[in-house]
Amino acid sequence: MELYDQTIHQLQDLLRARRVSAMELTEAVLTRIERVEPRINAFITQCRDLALGQAEAADRQLAKGEGGPLCGIPLAIKDVLCTQGVRTTCGSRILESFIPPYDATVISRLKGQGVVMVGKVGMDEFAMGSTTETCAFGVPKNPWNPDYICGGSSGGSAASVAAGECIASLGSDTGGSVRQPASHCGVVGLKPTYGRVSRFGLLAFASSLDQVGTLTKDVRDAALLLGSIAGHDPRDSTSAKESVPEFGALLAGNIKGLRLGIPKEYFGDGLDPEVRRAVEEAIDRLRKLGAETVAVSLPHTKYGIAAYYIIAPAEASSNLARYDGVRYGFRDLEAGSLVEMYKRSRAQGFGPEVKRRIIIGTYALSSGYYDAYYKKASQVRTLIARDYQEAFACCDALVSPVTPTPAWPLGAKSDDPLALYLSDVLTVCTNLAGLPALSLPCGFSATGLPIGLQLQGPHFSEASLLNIAYTLEQDLGLCQQRPGLSL
Amino acid sequence: MNISSEDITRVAHLARLALRPDEIETMTHEVGRILTYIDTLNELNTEGVIPTSHALAITNAFREDAVVPSLAREEALKNAPCRNEEAFVVPKIIG
Repeated sequence: MELYDQTIHQLQDLLRARRVSAMELTEAVLTRIERVEPRINAFITQCRDLALGQAEAADRQLAKGEGGPLCGIPLAIKDVLCTQGVRTTCGSRILESFIPPYDATVISRLKGQGVVMVGKVGMDEFAMGSTTETCAFGVPKNPWNPDYICGGSSGGSAASVAAGECIASLGSDTGGSVRQPASHCGVVGLKPTYGRVSRFGLLAFASSLDQVGTLTKDVRDAALLLGSIAGHDPRDSTSAKESVPEFGALLAGNIKGLRLGIPKEYFGDGLDPEVRRAVEEAIDRLRKLGAETVAVSLPHTKYGIAAYYIIAPAEASSNLARYDGVRYGFRDLEAGSLVEMYKRSRAQGFGPEVKRRIIIGTYALSSGYYDAYYKKASQVRTLIARDYQEAFACCDALVSPVTPTPAWPLGAKSDDPLALYLSDVLTVCTNLAGLPALSLPCGFSATGLPIGLQLQGPHFSEASLLNIAYTLEQDLGLCQQRPGLSL
Repeated sequence: MNISSEDITRVAHLARLALRPDEIETMTHEVGRILTYIDTLNELNTEGVIPTSHALAITNAFREDAVVPSLAREEALKNAPCRNEEAFVVPKIIG
């Protein structure tokens, strides 16, 4: 297997034993990027020189037996995380030339370990989308079939991992933005519990829903990467003071006696037959592996999209008010008055989907509509959270599909925002309740597109979700599969 | 939910977004459709249900009131589209 196709834990051993240098590994990944990037277009900004410098530093650390567990591992970072001195666009023209003066906490933690950053990867503008087609700097393609969407909003992360353009990636998940692209690109996507990982330096979309997550080639890598970024951060007042377990050590590979809930609302009429079959077969495997399954109901699931598409845009309309052309970002220098400057800078800097959500959010929060929309949606959020509490009273985790269908052809839904919103039906409720969830490859469609299985668990149950996923992954034996990018 | 182009124009002003007439027209149609879908929330009786604004029960996050270094002025000004030696420059506000 080529170096760029290997996992963090495989490479860790090679690097520690000095059988491979961080420089060789980084060069292998950079060469891979050069070869496949014209077809995949995962990156907004490549950092070749920075990566080579970091690789050199990592080799010095490794030679002395220093550096963290991820020392020398080449990663791609979603362009939503601030990276000091490296342009961070959030997929938007309004931040086309923004160079952050500081690192996000997750980035400084990774740098502290000695990782190598090969670049910043594509995303839907301000993480608003499910296909990465709203990215202002080109659309990443699905490595399994470049005519198909890679999913979104962390599409560049998922595509770059699947295509071997990095070893692993960080993304962010506000309504499914890590799990859904992971599912479409056949990689493992982990959305931690709200508060598990610091949001300091994560460009805000919807602050009560946003969470940094991981996209990796297998479950063990997800455990390693999560362990490297998780934990309380005084600079994020919503980060939890929960202790961080050794996730990797807790991959027991045994799920005997666990109770897995199968939520009937996730297997409704809109579910694609191939997705249904793949997920049901995986559930059979979980039973054979010793888990017990119970039918559960989350009756308010169907209201998740409606509640989410009020709450997320409402928070976004407030968060994105900071892009006013004053301190950073694009400004229309021709505007005569301050208000005109705001209006024209924002009109030219934001794309159509971002504008649409700002309008919906501002409308929902505006005088006379607040109770009818924002308050109502927040009450429904309570009902959705209660559904989960009741379900977790009788099971350890929930098993379902991640998305109702496999990936669709590029452009197929770009003219119908509501249809696109509805495709998030199986992922948004997790964020409304602040739960951890994981997407694991569980099969392929007849046309060769990956299908994912979703696990959702109670707050701070990542270790349990990772163990379930790991056990199933070992049994399915799909994690070695890579897209056959014909070059 | 019926929403008019006047509503969109009013909200766009509140959101400080200059929209072209064609954008207002498209937005009126699309936002109307989305809000009609969102009206399905009214099928639920939520009387007495406490709204959730935060999924975890973290109430106060206290820390020591210690002075730590903050961003240097030059660093803070670096990304400004328009600035002078020491401040952000904006169009004249008071005539």
